Amino acid sequence: MYDFLLFFFAGGAVLGAVLMVTRKNPVSAVIFLIAVFFFTSGVFLLLDAHYLAAINVILYAGAIMVLFLFVIMLLNLGHADWRDLRGPFGGLLTGSIGVAFLGLLVRNIVASTDAIAATPAGDALREATLEQGIVGVVARPLFGEYVVVLEVTGVLLLVSIVGTILLARRGDA
Amino acid sequence: MVTGVVSALAAVVAPAAQEGAFSPVLPWAILGIPLAGAILNGIGAFLWRDNRSIPGAIGPIALVATFAVVLVNFLGMQAAEPHDPTVVGLWTWIESGSLRIGVDLQFDQLSMLMCMIVTGVGSLIHIYSVGYMKEDPAISRFFAYLNLFVFFMLILVLGASLPMMFVGWEGVGLCSYLLIGFWFDNREYSNAGKKAFIVNRIGDAGFLIAMFLLFVAFGTLDFVPLIENAGSLAYGGALVTGITMLLFLGCTGKSAQIPLYIWLPDAMAGPTPVSALIHAATMVTAGIYLIARMSVFFALAPVTDAVVATVGAGTALFAATIAIRQYDIKKVLAYSTISQLGYMFLAAGVGAFTAGMFHLMTHAFFKALLFLGAGAVIHAVHHAWDHDSHGQDGHVAHGDPNDMRNHGGLRRLMPRTFLFMWIATLAISGIPPFAGFFSKDEIIWYAGAYGFPLLWAVALVTAVLTAVYMTRLMVMTFHGSSRTFGHGGAEKTKRLLTESPAVMWVPLMVLAVLSVVGGWVNIAPALPLPDVEWLHHWLEPIFEPALHVMQEHRIEAAHASPIGGGEALWAEISAVLAVIAVVVTFRVLSPRTVPTEAEAPAETGFSKILHDKWYVDELYDRVIIRPSLALWRACWKIVDVGIIDGTVNGAGHVARLFGWMGGQVQSGRVTTYLVVFMLGALLVLGVLA
Amino acid sequence: MNEGTALSMLGTPGAVALMVSAILFTIGVIGVLLRRNAIIMFMCIELMLNAVNISLVAFSRVHGMEGQILVFFVMAVAAAEAAVGLAIIIAIFRHYEVVDLDRFNLLRW
Repeated sequence: MYDFLLFFFAGGAVLGAVLMVTRKNPVSAVIFLIAVFFFTSGVFLLLDAHYLAAINVILYAGAIMVLFLFVIMLLNLGHADWRDLRGPFGGLLTGSIGVAFLGLLVRNIVASTDAIAATPAGDALREATLEQGIVGVVARPLFGEYVVVLEVTGVLLLVSIVGTILLARRGDA
Repeated sequence: MVTGVVSALAAVVAPAAQEGAFSPVLPWAILGIPLAGAILNGIGAFLWRDNRSIPGAIGPIALVATFAVVLVNFLGMQAAEPHDPTVVGLWTWIESGSLRIGVDLQFDQLSMLMCMIVTGVGSLIHIYSVGYMKEDPAISRFFAYLNLFVFFMLILVLGASLPMMFVGWEGVGLCSYLLIGFWFDNREYSNAGKKAFIVNRIGDAGFLIAMFLLFVAFGTLDFVPLIENAGSLAYGGALVTGITMLLFLGCTGKSAQIPLYIWLPDAMAGPTPVSALIHAATMVTAGIYLIARMSVFFALAPVTDAVVATVGAGTALFAATIAIRQYDIKKVLAYSTISQLGYMFLAAGVGAFTAGMFHLMTHAFFKALLFLGAGAVIHAVHHAWDHDSHGQDGHVAHGDPNDMRNHGGLRRLMPRTFLFMWIATLAISGIPPFAGFFSKDEIIWYAGAYGFPLLWAVALVTAVLTAVYMTRLMVMTFHGSSRTFGHGGAEKTKRLLTESPAVMWVPLMVLAVLSVVGGWVNIAPALPLPDVEWLHHWLEPIFEPALHVMQEHRIEAAHASPIGGGEALWAEISAVLAVIAVVVTFRVLSPRTVPTEAEAPAETGFSKILHDKWYVDELYDRVIIRPSLALWRACWKIVDVGIIDGTVNGAGHVARLFGWMGGQVQSGRVTTYLVVFMLGALLVLGVLA
Repeated sequence: MNEGTALSMLGTPGAVALMVSAILFTIGVIGVLLRRNAIIMFMCIELMLNAVNISLVAFSRVHGMEGQILVFFVMAVAAAEAAVGLAIIIAIFRHYEVVDLDRFNLLRW
């Protein structure tokens, strides 16, 4: 059952990604990307990252993709009226780069199989979850060891808000 | 008798010379005087442009002075009777590694003989030219070139080493080119000059390669050490055969034998004194002189000797057949020269070197006489036509003054020229007691005696042909009716055509005397005449090494020819044959009416082949010139423009291509940079991870 | 690497997740290089970030919670970056009326 779900979510994510990349209509591409995020959340769940699964959906699919949709709507880019996929030469080049890249990555993955086989941290995490709850296992290190990074990330978000507003403004005040 | 007179003179003029040693008198003057004459006349071409008499004085005086110096040295050598050559070193020309070439002059019997011929006959021709070229505006340039030619010819015969001789060889080639194309505004004449020079060049290449081989074998190119050490080469070996064949190639170019004779008939485009001096008496004999000098090497290479003799005899016959059907008087004499040179090469090839040199000397006398006489005829006819046009108005076309069909009946109008030309004709035909008989007879005899019966027969037949064509020349030019102004113009001809002035016929007379007595310096002992072997003794030290080699390795000359009979018998037979040939030709041709040039019918059949020189020039054109031109055009279009220019330009194009390709990377587009980024990532992953 | 490990590899959930991560990342790369529309290129970048998240989670099972914390921060930064990037695209679109990235070659100078 576990394996079936894992392969289901994994395959779904890949399928959704492929479809997303090949859509002419930007809105279709956004929808497929959202689907990919959902499947990815499923994978997170199966890997004992429950909190992240939820955050993935809320943040990525719910906020970032919605932002994309708003921008597409505002700029009226929803029509697939021009061919923006590259020609055959470009396709060949990117295809070969992709294949080479994937080959290299797979080679590295296969070389590190033994490292993946044992999962001590995962077992400890399952035990900790039973004690502290799903959110607790993430919150304790977050506000403990990594509180400085958390605060800095907050400042980063503030800066990005300010930057976005400035950039997207019209020329006049 | 002659030896006695000469020795007496020698005793008077150079009494202080001791036996066995010879010191030359004023050696630098022999070369310096003609050179000074050339330079003076050369400057004079600009200074005294309209004055005809000054160059007319400088030219001959320079030559006569040179002849005087040469004569003094000749008599001195006569008295001293040295065995070894005297080498006078002037300065060092090239000194590089083991090669040393000095500007050295070699005084020995052979070079003295050649100097006498060159300066003696040359002086006579210079004096003659004063009259012949009197009306030519470029007379200064003419004498400058003529003196320059004598200068180079003397370097050729006096040079003590092969490179010095080669300097003279090239120099006379240059002067020949300058003088053939003397009237250079005529395209045909200047082409003839170019042809002479270019054909000679082919022979010169052979000469040069032979010099290289000799230097490699001996380490020196001076004659004295070369001849001393010649014995170190294997008899009949590949090296000596190669060297002598290459030298002979040079001879065929300079002395107009097959296959490089084609320039000599065309060279008749030059003024007649030039033809007399260069293409009869001196320059064309340079080949024989070369073989005589290097006689010991030729004696060591029997294969080359056979080739030389065969080519000589073959050329003699071939040229004689062409001469029979030529109508231009100078062309007949040109082919006659080629034929007689063939005789000289025949002599050298069979090993009768003295006979070859003898014929060289006598040929110089009677051939120069023939050419000067022909020149006198041409000059007179040309003048007659000129006077005629001056009398009438309008341009009257008269034709070619050289063409014998425009001559005829001149014996009463030019009696002296007529007499002297007949003397020369009898001399060249080999009729005793004239000069040509003794020299030609010796050659024919030795061809048989040294074991070449086929060549002997060819030489005999050619002698008959020689008599025939020379008699034909005389009949057409001097006998018969006058054709200069058409068939009915005898009265006009008598009025307008006159004998040449004294300055022209006196040299003819001197040459005629020489043509009579010149043969008496070497009478073979077999003949029933007083035994004079002066030339044989004179040249003995020169040919001693060669004869030594021949005695060792070859048959001693039998004094009975393989044909049977003795030398005296065959001499008589050849003399009688020649006389018969002359008489028969005369009888057959005199009564015939010769058409003038204008009304002459075209040649047909075998006669046409002879007239058209056996189509050799056309053959060379088809086989050599046209493929060469095609090859040169291919080299130009394909190799030079296509490959070389293409490569050089192509390199530029490739550089620009690489530049363009590099430029494409800087497109300014993010996507391009992303691709490169990914390629870098691949590299990092692949190599480092 | 021996052949047996390939099949046994896929038996481990972590290995499957890593493979998925690699494939998604590669698809993202292809997408970025293949498309000319700026917005879709941007979305492919988000896809790449997500793939990285998966691999981080897969390794956190082996090495500890740090992986999941890092994923948390990656998501936050991705959000900030998405906002700023879209603002830039809007600014470009106002000027040029297209979002075809191939048209912009001002980087050449």
